[in-house]
Amino acid sequence: MIAIIKYNAGNVRSVQNALNRLGYESIVTDREPLLRNAQKVIMPGVGEAASAMKYLKNRGLDVVIKSLKQPFLGICLGLQIMCRSTEEGNTLCLNIFDARVKRFPPQGRIPHMGWNDFESISGPLFEGIDIRDNVYYVHSFYAEPCRQTSAVCRYIVPFSAAMQKDNFFATQFHPEKSGSTGEIILNNFLRL
Amino acid sequence: MLKNRIIPCLDIKDGRTVKGVNFVDIKDAGDAVELAEKYMEQGADELVFLDITASSEKRKTRVELVKRIAARISIPFTVGGGIASIQDVSDLVFAGADKISVNTSAVLRPELISEIAREFGSQCVVLAVDTKYVSGSWQVYIHGGKTPVPLKTIDWVRQAESMGAGEILLTSMDHDGIKNGFALDITGRVSEKVNIPVIASGGAGTMKHFRDLFTRTQATAGLAASIFHYGKISIPELKHYLKTNNIQVR
Repeated sequence: MIAIIKYNAGNVRSVQNALNRLGYESIVTDREPLLRNAQKVIMPGVGEAASAMKYLKNRGLDVVIKSLKQPFLGICLGLQIMCRSTEEGNTLCLNIFDARVKRFPPQGRIPHMGWNDFESISGPLFEGIDIRDNVYYVHSFYAEPCRQTSAVCRYIVPFSAAMQKDNFFATQFHPEKSGSTGEIILNNFLRL
Repeated sequence: MLKNRIIPCLDIKDGRTVKGVNFVDIKDAGDAVELAEKYMEQGADELVFLDITASSEKRKTRVELVKRIAARISIPFTVGGGIASIQDVSDLVFAGADKISVNTSAVLRPELISEIAREFGSQCVVLAVDTKYVSGSWQVYIHGGKTPVPLKTIDWVRQAESMGAGEILLTSMDHDGIKNGFALDITGRVSEKVNIPVIASGGAGTMKHFRDLFTRTQATAGLAASIFHYGKISIPELKHYLKTNNIQVR
Protein backbone atom coordinates (compact mmCIF):
# COMPACT_ATOMS: atom_id res chain seq x y z
CA MET A 1 0.00 0.00 0.00
CA ILE A 2 1.19 3.49 -0.88
CA ALA A 3 0.34 6.23 1.60
CA ILE A 4 -0.29 9.74 0.36
CA ILE A 5 0.09 12.28 3.12
CA LYS A 6 -3.09 14.19 3.72
CA TYR A 7 -2.49 17.83 4.43
CA ASN A 8 -4.02 21.08 3.35
CA ALA A 9 -2.52 21.09 -0.12
CA GLY A 10 -4.63 20.58 -3.20
CA ASN A 11 -3.90 17.95 -5.78
CA VAL A 12 -3.92 14.75 -3.75
CA ARG A 13 -6.35 13.22 -6.23
CA SER A 14 -4.03 13.66 -9.23
CA VAL A 15 -1.36 11.65 -7.46
CA GLN A 16 -3.87 8.99 -6.51
CA ASN A 17 -5.17 8.86 -10.09
CA ALA A 18 -1.62 8.49 -11.42
CA LEU A 19 -0.95 5.62 -9.00
CA ASN A 20 -4.20 3.94 -10.08
CA ARG A 21 -3.18 4.17 -13.72
CA LEU A 22 0.13 2.50 -12.84
CA GLY A 23 -1.70 -0.26 -10.97
CA TYR A 24 -0.93 0.76 -7.39
CA GLU A 25 -3.44 1.10 -4.59
CA SER A 26 -3.09 4.05 -2.28
CA ILE A 27 -4.65 5.67 0.74
CA VAL A 28 -4.73 9.32 1.67
CA THR A 29 -4.00 9.68 5.35
CA ASP A 30 -2.45 11.80 8.08
CA ARG A 31 -2.44 8.95 10.63
CA GLU A 32 0.97 7.94 11.90
CA PRO A 33 0.48 4.13 12.02
CA LEU A 34 -0.73 4.05 8.41
CA LEU A 35 2.21 6.17 7.29
CA ARG A 36 4.68 4.00 9.17
CA ASN A 37 3.30 0.77 7.73
CA ALA A 38 3.06 1.93 4.13
CA GLN A 39 5.52 0.51 1.60
CA LYS A 40 6.04 3.98 0.15
CA VAL A 41 4.98 7.44 1.26
CA ILE A 42 4.23 10.33 -1.07
CA MET A 43 3.86 13.94 0.01
CA PRO A 44 2.28 15.81 -2.91
CA GLY A 45 1.55 19.44 -2.78
CA VAL A 46 0.45 22.62 -4.26
CA GLY A 47 -0.29 25.40 -1.87
CA GLU A 48 1.50 27.62 0.53
CA ALA A 49 4.55 26.56 2.55
CA ALA A 50 3.86 28.25 5.88
CA SER A 51 0.34 26.83 6.23
CA ALA A 52 1.50 23.41 5.02
CA MET A 53 4.27 23.31 7.65
CA LYS A 54 1.84 24.47 10.31
CA TYR A 55 -0.58 21.68 9.40
CA LEU A 56 2.19 19.07 9.59
CA LYS A 57 3.54 20.39 12.91
CA ASN A 58 0.10 20.57 14.53
CA ARG A 59 -0.26 16.83 13.92
CA GLY A 60 3.34 15.94 14.80
CA LEU A 61 3.86 14.81 11.22
CA ASP A 62 7.07 16.83 10.88
CA VAL A 63 8.73 14.45 13.35
CA VAL A 64 7.05 11.36 11.88
CA ILE A 65 8.14 12.16 8.31
CA LYS A 66 11.79 12.61 9.26
CA SER A 67 11.83 9.26 11.03
CA LEU A 68 10.34 7.26 8.14
CA LYS A 69 12.58 4.54 6.69
CA GLN A 70 10.68 3.48 3.55
CA PRO A 71 11.11 5.28 0.20
CA PHE A 72 9.53 8.72 0.50
CA LEU A 73 8.70 11.10 -2.36
CA GLY A 74 7.93 14.79 -1.97
CA ILE A 75 6.42 16.56 -4.97
CA CYS A 76 6.56 20.32 -5.74
CA LEU A 77 5.70 22.03 -2.43
CA GLY A 78 6.57 18.65 -0.92
CA LEU A 79 10.18 19.11 -2.11
CA GLN A 80 10.29 22.66 -0.81
CA ILE A 81 9.14 21.81 2.70
CA MET A 82 11.74 19.02 2.83
CA CYS A 83 14.42 21.74 2.55
CA ARG A 84 15.96 23.79 5.36
CA SER A 85 13.81 26.90 4.98
CA THR A 86 11.74 28.78 2.47
CA GLU A 87 11.30 32.45 1.73
CA GLU A 88 7.59 31.75 1.32
CA GLY A 89 6.23 33.07 4.60
CA ASN A 90 9.81 32.93 6.02
CA THR A 91 9.22 29.36 7.09
CA LEU A 92 11.55 26.89 8.72
CA CYS A 93 11.00 23.53 7.05
CA LEU A 94 11.79 19.86 7.64
CA ASN A 95 15.54 20.25 7.03
CA ILE A 96 15.99 16.92 5.28
CA PHE A 97 17.79 18.58 2.37
CA ASP A 98 20.45 21.16 3.03
CA ALA A 99 19.02 23.83 0.73
CA ARG A 100 17.20 27.10 1.05
CA VAL A 101 14.09 27.76 -1.00
CA LYS A 102 13.96 31.18 -2.64
CA ARG A 103 11.55 33.14 -4.79
CA PHE A 104 12.47 33.34 -8.48
CA PRO A 105 13.98 36.72 -9.33
CA PRO A 106 11.63 38.80 -11.52
CA GLN A 107 13.70 38.43 -14.72
CA GLY A 108 11.13 36.06 -16.18
CA ARG A 109 7.49 35.16 -15.93
CA ILE A 110 6.49 33.80 -12.56
CA PRO A 111 5.27 31.15 -11.91
CA HIS A 112 7.63 28.93 -13.87
CA MET A 113 4.76 27.16 -15.58
CA GLY A 114 4.99 24.52 -18.25
CA TRP A 115 7.27 21.82 -19.63
CA ASN A 116 11.01 22.03 -19.17
CA ASP A 117 13.96 19.69 -19.73
CA PHE A 118 17.02 19.03 -17.54
CA GLU A 119 20.58 20.29 -17.30
CA SER A 120 21.58 17.15 -15.45
CA ILE A 121 20.00 14.02 -14.01
CA SER A 122 21.30 11.25 -11.77
CA GLY A 123 20.07 8.55 -9.46
CA PRO A 124 17.42 5.83 -9.60
CA LEU A 125 14.42 8.09 -10.31
CA PHE A 126 15.84 8.99 -13.72
CA GLU A 127 16.58 5.55 -15.07
CA GLY A 128 15.39 5.48 -18.69
CA ILE A 129 15.07 9.29 -18.82
CA ASP A 130 17.03 11.56 -21.16
CA ILE A 131 18.00 15.11 -20.15
CA ARG A 132 16.04 16.33 -23.19
CA ASP A 133 12.81 14.81 -21.86
CA ASN A 134 10.34 17.34 -20.54
CA VAL A 135 8.40 17.38 -17.30
CA TYR A 136 5.71 19.73 -16.04
CA TYR A 137 6.45 22.48 -13.53
CA VAL A 138 4.35 25.08 -11.82
CA HIS A 139 6.07 26.98 -9.02
CA SER A 140 7.21 30.44 -7.96
CA PHE A 141 9.84 29.30 -5.46
CA TYR A 142 12.83 27.03 -6.08
CA ALA A 143 15.40 25.08 -4.07
CA GLU A 144 18.98 26.13 -4.71
CA PRO A 145 21.18 23.34 -5.99
CA CYS A 146 22.96 21.64 -3.07
CA ARG A 147 24.86 18.40 -2.45
CA GLN A 148 21.58 16.42 -2.36
CA THR A 149 20.46 17.73 -5.74
CA SER A 150 19.97 14.81 -8.15
CA ALA A 151 18.61 16.74 -11.14
CA VAL A 152 19.01 20.33 -12.23
CA CYS A 153 16.62 22.39 -14.35
CA ARG A 154 17.20 25.95 -15.48
CA TYR A 155 14.57 28.67 -15.43
CA ILE A 156 15.99 32.17 -14.86
CA VAL A 157 18.48 30.38 -12.56
CA PRO A 158 19.59 26.76 -12.21
CA PHE A 159 17.57 25.04 -9.49
CA SER A 160 16.98 21.60 -7.96
CA ALA A 161 14.58 19.69 -10.21
CA ALA A 162 15.02 16.66 -7.96
CA MET A 163 16.75 15.83 -4.70
CA GLN A 164 17.70 12.70 -2.83
CA LYS A 165 19.09 11.83 0.57
CA ASP A 166 18.96 8.20 1.73
CA ASN A 167 15.32 7.07 1.43
CA PHE A 168 14.07 10.62 0.83
CA PHE A 169 13.35 11.62 -2.78
CA ALA A 170 11.75 14.77 -4.08
CA THR A 171 10.85 16.37 -7.38
CA GLN A 172 10.05 20.02 -8.03
CA PHE A 173 8.13 19.00 -11.15
CA HIS A 174 4.87 17.07 -11.10
CA PRO A 175 5.54 13.50 -12.29
CA GLU A 176 1.80 12.81 -11.99
CA LYS A 177 1.16 15.54 -14.58
CA SER A 178 4.13 14.87 -16.83
CA GLY A 179 2.62 12.40 -19.27
CA SER A 180 4.64 9.30 -20.15
CA THR A 181 7.95 10.76 -18.88
CA GLY A 182 6.33 11.35 -15.50
CA GLU A 183 4.97 7.82 -15.46
CA ILE A 184 8.48 6.40 -15.95
CA ILE A 185 9.79 8.51 -13.05
CA LEU A 186 6.89 7.54 -10.78
CA ASN A 187 7.35 3.90 -11.70
CA ASN A 188 11.07 4.14 -10.90
CA PHE A 189 10.14 5.40 -7.45
CA LEU A 190 7.43 2.80 -6.91
CA ARG A 191 9.85 -0.02 -7.83
CA LEU A 192 12.48 1.06 -5.27
CA MET B 1 14.49 25.51 -21.70
CA LEU B 2 10.84 26.22 -20.91
CA LYS B 3 8.66 25.16 -23.83
CA ASN B 4 5.82 26.99 -25.49
CA ARG B 5 2.57 25.17 -24.83
CA ILE B 6 -0.06 23.95 -27.27
CA ILE B 7 -3.43 23.66 -25.55
CA PRO B 8 -6.54 22.15 -27.11
CA CYS B 9 -9.70 23.61 -25.67
CA LEU B 10 -12.79 21.52 -25.21
CA ASP B 11 -15.99 23.49 -24.93
CA ILE B 12 -18.36 21.26 -23.03
CA LYS B 13 -22.12 21.13 -23.23
CA ASP B 14 -24.03 18.24 -21.64
CA GLY B 15 -20.76 16.26 -21.43
CA ARG B 16 -20.11 16.60 -25.18
CA THR B 17 -17.48 18.74 -26.86
CA VAL B 18 -18.95 21.48 -29.00
CA LYS B 19 -17.60 24.31 -31.09
CA GLY B 20 -19.15 27.56 -32.22
CA VAL B 21 -18.12 30.43 -34.44
CA ASN B 22 -17.82 33.86 -32.82
CA PHE B 23 -19.37 32.34 -29.69
CA VAL B 24 -22.60 31.24 -31.46
CA ASP B 25 -23.73 28.57 -33.97
CA ILE B 26 -22.71 25.60 -31.84
CA LYS B 27 -21.93 22.16 -33.33
CA ASP B 28 -21.14 18.79 -31.74
CA ALA B 29 -17.46 17.76 -31.88
CA GLY B 30 -17.29 14.53 -29.86
CA ASP B 31 -17.09 12.90 -26.42
CA ALA B 32 -15.05 14.99 -23.98
CA VAL B 33 -13.11 12.21 -22.27
CA GLU B 34 -12.24 10.47 -25.56
CA LEU B 35 -11.05 13.69 -27.13
CA ALA B 36 -9.02 14.58 -24.04
CA GLU B 37 -7.27 11.23 -24.14
CA LYS B 38 -6.59 11.52 -27.85
CA TYR B 39 -5.04 14.95 -27.45
CA MET B 40 -2.91 13.83 -24.53
CA GLU B 41 -1.54 10.94 -26.58
CA GLN B 42 -0.84 13.30 -29.47
CA GLY B 43 1.30 15.54 -27.25
CA ALA B 44 -1.04 18.27 -26.01
CA ASP B 45 0.76 20.15 -23.24
CA GLU B 46 -2.35 20.90 -21.24
CA LEU B 47 -6.09 20.74 -21.71
CA VAL B 48 -8.73 23.34 -21.03
CA PHE B 49 -12.37 22.46 -20.46
CA LEU B 50 -14.85 25.26 -20.63
CA ASP B 51 -18.36 24.36 -19.57
CA ILE B 52 -20.29 26.77 -21.73
CA THR B 53 -23.62 25.96 -20.19
CA ALA B 54 -22.46 25.71 -16.60
CA SER B 55 -24.53 28.50 -15.15
CA SER B 56 -27.83 27.00 -16.19
CA GLU B 57 -27.10 23.33 -15.47
CA LYS B 58 -26.51 21.25 -12.42
CA ARG B 59 -22.95 21.55 -11.18
CA LYS B 60 -22.80 17.91 -10.10
CA THR B 61 -22.73 16.79 -13.73
CA ARG B 62 -19.61 18.81 -14.27
CA VAL B 63 -17.89 17.48 -11.15
CA GLU B 64 -18.58 13.93 -12.35
CA LEU B 65 -17.12 14.72 -15.76
CA VAL B 66 -14.02 16.26 -14.17
CA LYS B 67 -13.55 13.09 -12.12
CA ARG B 68 -13.76 10.93 -15.25
CA ILE B 69 -11.27 13.13 -17.06
CA ALA B 70 -8.86 13.28 -14.11
CA ALA B 71 -8.82 9.51 -13.85
CA ARG B 72 -7.57 9.21 -17.42
CA ILE B 73 -5.39 12.27 -18.07
CA SER B 74 -1.73 12.60 -16.99
CA ILE B 75 -1.25 16.21 -18.12
CA PRO B 76 -2.51 19.36 -16.42
CA PHE B 77 -6.06 20.42 -17.02
CA THR B 78 -8.03 23.56 -16.41
CA VAL B 79 -11.76 23.74 -15.86
CA GLY B 80 -13.83 26.84 -16.34
CA GLY B 81 -17.36 28.02 -16.87
CA GLY B 82 -19.70 29.61 -14.37
CA ILE B 83 -17.37 29.23 -11.40
CA ALA B 84 -18.46 31.79 -8.85
CA SER B 85 -17.54 30.61 -5.36
CA ILE B 86 -14.79 28.96 -3.34
CA GLN B 87 -17.15 25.99 -2.97
CA ASP B 88 -17.31 25.57 -6.77
CA VAL B 89 -13.50 25.72 -6.92
CA SER B 90 -13.09 23.31 -4.05
CA ASP B 91 -15.47 20.75 -5.62
CA LEU B 92 -13.55 20.86 -8.90
CA VAL B 93 -10.05 20.80 -7.40
CA PHE B 94 -10.96 17.81 -5.26
CA ALA B 95 -12.48 16.14 -8.32
CA GLY B 96 -9.05 16.47 -9.95
CA ALA B 97 -8.90 19.80 -11.80
CA ASP B 98 -5.44 21.37 -11.67
CA LYS B 99 -6.46 24.91 -12.46
CA ILE B 100 -9.68 26.85 -12.38
CA SER B 101 -10.55 29.43 -14.95
CA VAL B 102 -12.75 32.33 -13.88
CA ASN B 103 -14.22 35.00 -16.07
CA THR B 104 -17.63 36.65 -15.49
CA SER B 105 -17.71 36.06 -11.75
CA ALA B 106 -14.24 37.60 -11.35
CA VAL B 107 -15.27 40.72 -13.25
CA LEU B 108 -18.39 41.05 -11.10
CA ARG B 109 -16.46 40.37 -7.88
CA PRO B 110 -12.67 40.65 -8.34
CA GLU B 111 -12.01 39.47 -4.75
CA LEU B 112 -12.84 35.97 -5.99
CA ILE B 113 -9.36 35.91 -7.58
CA SER B 114 -7.57 36.60 -4.31
CA GLU B 115 -9.84 34.21 -2.42
CA ILE B 116 -9.00 31.32 -4.76
CA ALA B 117 -5.30 32.27 -4.77
CA ARG B 118 -5.20 32.32 -0.97
CA GLU B 119 -6.97 29.00 -0.62
CA PHE B 120 -5.48 27.02 -3.53
CA GLY B 121 -2.47 29.05 -4.66
CA SER B 122 -2.03 31.43 -7.58
CA GLN B 123 -1.07 28.56 -9.89
CA CYS B 124 -4.68 27.40 -9.59
CA VAL B 125 -6.25 30.65 -10.84
CA VAL B 126 -6.50 31.26 -14.56
CA LEU B 127 -8.17 34.54 -15.41
CA ALA B 128 -10.06 34.12 -18.66
CA VAL B 129 -10.72 37.36 -20.48
CA ASP B 130 -12.99 37.69 -23.50
CA THR B 131 -12.07 40.83 -25.34
CA LYS B 132 -13.28 42.72 -28.38
CA TYR B 133 -11.96 45.79 -30.16
CA VAL B 134 -14.61 48.49 -29.80
CA SER B 135 -14.23 52.13 -30.84
CA GLY B 136 -10.49 52.30 -30.50
CA SER B 137 -9.81 50.05 -27.52
CA TRP B 138 -9.92 46.42 -26.36
CA GLN B 139 -12.88 46.03 -24.01
CA VAL B 140 -13.80 43.21 -21.65
CA TYR B 141 -16.96 41.18 -22.24
CA ILE B 142 -18.69 38.83 -19.82
CA HIS B 143 -21.55 36.28 -19.89
CA GLY B 144 -19.89 34.27 -22.65
CA GLY B 145 -19.23 37.35 -24.74
CA LYS B 146 -22.77 38.71 -24.52
CA THR B 147 -22.27 41.65 -22.20
CA PRO B 148 -19.71 44.46 -22.52
CA VAL B 149 -18.38 45.93 -19.29
CA PRO B 150 -16.70 49.32 -18.87
CA LEU B 151 -13.27 47.81 -18.35
CA LYS B 152 -10.21 47.99 -20.56
CA THR B 153 -8.50 44.64 -21.11
CA ILE B 154 -5.05 45.93 -20.16
CA ASP B 155 -6.31 47.44 -16.90
CA TRP B 156 -8.23 44.29 -16.00
CA VAL B 157 -5.36 41.84 -16.55
CA ARG B 158 -3.01 44.01 -14.49
CA GLN B 159 -5.53 44.21 -11.68
CA ALA B 160 -6.06 40.44 -11.83
CA GLU B 161 -2.31 39.80 -11.67
CA SER B 162 -2.01 42.03 -8.60
CA MET B 163 -4.87 40.10 -6.96
CA GLY B 164 -3.13 36.77 -7.44
CA ALA B 165 -4.12 35.37 -10.84
CA GLY B 166 -1.46 32.87 -11.94
CA GLU B 167 -2.14 32.94 -15.66
CA ILE B 168 -4.16 34.86 -18.24
CA LEU B 169 -6.26 33.13 -20.90
CA LEU B 170 -6.94 35.86 -23.43
CA THR B 171 -9.61 35.25 -26.07
CA SER B 172 -10.19 37.72 -28.84
CA MET B 173 -13.87 37.51 -29.73
CA ASP B 174 -13.12 39.23 -33.02
CA HIS B 175 -10.81 36.38 -33.97
CA ASP B 176 -12.58 33.40 -32.35
CA GLY B 177 -13.61 30.77 -34.90
CA ILE B 178 -12.52 32.92 -37.88
CA LYS B 179 -9.16 31.14 -38.40
CA ASN B 180 -7.35 34.29 -39.55
CA GLY B 181 -4.68 34.13 -36.85
CA PHE B 182 -4.40 35.12 -33.19
CA ALA B 183 -4.98 38.73 -32.13
CA LEU B 184 -1.28 39.57 -32.08
CA ASP B 185 -1.65 43.20 -31.05
CA ILE B 186 -3.67 42.77 -27.86
CA THR B 187 -1.91 39.48 -27.01
CA GLY B 188 1.43 41.26 -27.41
CA ARG B 189 0.38 44.15 -25.22
CA VAL B 190 -1.13 41.98 -22.51
CA SER B 191 1.94 39.73 -22.39
CA GLU B 192 4.19 42.78 -22.05
CA LYS B 193 2.12 44.28 -19.26
CA VAL B 194 1.91 41.26 -16.98
CA ASN B 195 4.63 39.00 -15.60
CA ILE B 196 2.46 35.88 -15.44
CA PRO B 197 2.07 33.44 -18.35
CA VAL B 198 -0.37 34.40 -21.10
CA ILE B 199 -2.34 31.86 -23.15
CA ALA B 200 -3.60 33.28 -26.44
CA SER B 201 -6.90 32.01 -27.74
CA GLY B 202 -9.09 32.67 -30.74
CA GLY B 203 -8.25 32.69 -34.40
CA ALA B 204 -5.78 29.84 -34.95
CA GLY B 205 -6.32 28.50 -38.45
CA THR B 206 -2.88 27.49 -39.69
CA MET B 207 0.42 26.36 -38.24
CA LYS B 208 1.94 29.68 -39.24
CA HIS B 209 -0.51 31.41 -36.90
CA PHE B 210 1.15 29.64 -33.97
CA ARG B 211 4.59 30.58 -35.26
CA ASP B 212 3.50 34.22 -35.49
CA LEU B 213 2.10 34.05 -31.97
CA PHE B 214 5.33 32.73 -30.45
CA THR B 215 7.69 34.93 -32.47
CA ARG B 216 5.73 38.19 -32.36
CA THR B 217 4.31 38.16 -28.83
CA GLN B 218 5.48 36.99 -25.44
CA ALA B 219 2.55 34.61 -25.02
CA THR B 220 3.85 31.23 -23.84
CA ALA B 221 0.84 29.16 -24.88
CA GLY B 222 -1.56 28.97 -27.79
CA LEU B 223 -5.04 27.56 -27.35
CA ALA B 224 -7.29 26.31 -30.13
CA ALA B 225 -10.36 24.15 -30.53
CA SER B 226 -11.89 23.58 -33.94
CA ILE B 227 -8.66 23.15 -35.92
CA PHE B 228 -7.83 20.21 -33.65
CA HIS B 229 -11.38 18.83 -33.32
CA TYR B 230 -11.97 18.71 -37.06
CA GLY B 231 -8.47 17.44 -37.84
CA LYS B 232 -7.44 20.51 -39.80
CA ILE B 233 -4.10 20.47 -37.99
CA SER B 234 -2.81 17.64 -35.83
CA ILE B 235 -0.78 18.41 -32.71
CA PRO B 236 2.23 16.30 -33.82
CA GLU B 237 2.49 18.06 -37.19
CA LEU B 238 2.06 21.47 -35.53
CA LYS B 239 4.86 20.72 -33.08
CA HIS B 240 7.09 19.41 -35.82
CA TYR B 241 6.48 22.58 -37.84
CA LEU B 242 7.26 24.81 -34.85
CA LYS B 243 10.46 22.89 -34.06
CA THR B 244 11.69 23.26 -37.63
CA ASN B 245 11.03 26.99 -37.23
CA ASN B 246 13.23 27.09 -34.12
CA ILE B 247 10.35 27.54 -31.71
CA GLN B 248 10.77 25.62 -28.50
CA VAL B 249 8.03 23.06 -27.97
CA ARG B 250 7.87 19.73 -26.18
